[in-house]
Amino acid sequence: MSNEKQIVDNREFSIMINRLSHQLIENHLDFTETVLVGLQPRGVDFARKILNNLVEISGNNNIVLGSLDISFFRDDFGRRETIISPDKLDMNFSIENKRVVLIDDVLFTGRSIRAALDALTSFGRPKEVELMVLIDRRLKRHLPIQPDYVGKSVDSISSERVIVKWGNDGHNKIILLKK
Amino acid sequence: MNRLTVKNLLGIKQLTEQDINLIFKTADNFIKIINKPIKKVPTLRDITIANLFFENSTRTKLSFELAEKRLSSDIINFSSSTSSLQKGESLIDTVNNIIAMKVDMVVIRHPNAGASDFIAKNVNSVVINAGDGSHEHPTQALLDAYSIRNKLGLVENKNILIVGDVLHSRVALSNIFCLQKLGATVKVCGPSTLIPRHIHTLGVEHIADLKDGLEWCDVVNILRIQLERQNVKYIPTLREYSMYYGVNREILNSINKKIVIMHPGPINRGIEVSSDVVDSKQSIVLDQVENGVAIRMAVLYLLASKIQK
Repeated sequence: MSNEKQIVDNREFSIMINRLSHQLIENHLDFTETVLVGLQPRGVDFARKILNNLVEISGNNNIVLGSLDISFFRDDFGRRETIISPDKLDMNFSIENKRVVLIDDVLFTGRSIRAALDALTSFGRPKEVELMVLIDRRLKRHLPIQPDYVGKSVDSISSERVIVKWGNDGHNKIILLKK
Repeated sequence: MNRLTVKNLLGIKQLTEQDINLIFKTADNFIKIINKPIKKVPTLRDITIANLFFENSTRTKLSFELAEKRLSSDIINFSSSTSSLQKGESLIDTVNNIIAMKVDMVVIRHPNAGASDFIAKNVNSVVINAGDGSHEHPTQALLDAYSIRNKLGLVENKNILIVGDVLHSRVALSNIFCLQKLGATVKVCGPSTLIPRHIHTLGVEHIADLKDGLEWCDVVNILRIQLERQNVKYIPTLREYSMYYGVNREILNSINKKIVIMHPGPINRGIEVSSDVVDSKQSIVLDQVENGVAIRMAVLYLLASKIQK
């Protein structure tokens, strides 16, 4: 289709996941004080890929991954046409004094991450929070929020959408959808 | 569908099966929320809710209040015993005065059936019925059905027996509507003076003998004898009632299966149910209370999106 442009193919995708995993290992070594937290819904898919890759590279089977739902912490309740359907919350571990890596697929306005920080701190007081995103749409921030680990930075206008497609058998791609 | 089909929660009668399942699904999320270290979410922080209790209540009022606070809404409380109603003010005047304070939602309990419908017709705020006379008590029915679902996995095709003062009970009527919509079979049990004469028109059978009823059911929901609503004698004595319709260990041991025991409260121990039964492992009375907060949070959350700002 003419209004679709592929910005990352499957090969680049694997390289990105690999690079991000190595960056995480460099900063967190054996992950004893670190927990990974994926944001529902799509950040969790990405976080799982990262976790699988980390296990493959390091052989460490003790890395903890949780999934965080931020529906009730968003700042646009009553301002949207549709009501947000909450997703599954799975945080069966303590984040008190832990180093938390928040993981999401696309960073755009930064509002989801703001809500995620609120949602996260309702589970306790982490020692520090880092942010990993697959795609950083860097020119469209509404809030002063920046990622620590970035798969790829993309310059796009508001009417465009960036979609991450998780394919079976590792056929993943990222496309830019123009309106 | 992720929106309710109704603007107000006046009764279970107006809800669809999808509405009920949406409320359950949302409550599942809130159960997780209220079991976190910090139990509050900021979702309804710009919403003001008035709790208007024209009739005494402990559990429902506390449960609503807690649900509202967990969602960060601002709340004002009203109870008729300390209000200007004593000075002769009418219901609509009282409510209009409260709404004029820019209240977005109203939770109302009233001794007269239809009071919440009346309010909903006359004001723009979202109205939630917290019990109107002997008519409906929708959030209680939702939390009862939700507790059954959580205990047995499914409400569909289950047999539920309601025992006791069905005639004066808003819990019974709302329960019948709710459980039937979810595909359960409901029967009632009790002395015929306390069973509404035309109950069969709701598709509900009356079982006169308690043991027959218990043998048939998977879940028994035991109601209180509402002495305050009875101005004529429906039963000779409480002692006689207790002998025929009190659920006790002896009768439970005489049947061949483990049934789930429920009670909406307040419990009169030793009358409709014995102490050891209430405190036994079969009883989910305290689960009902916890689920009540989550169900009310779900109802408030889903209805708050209907507020016209």
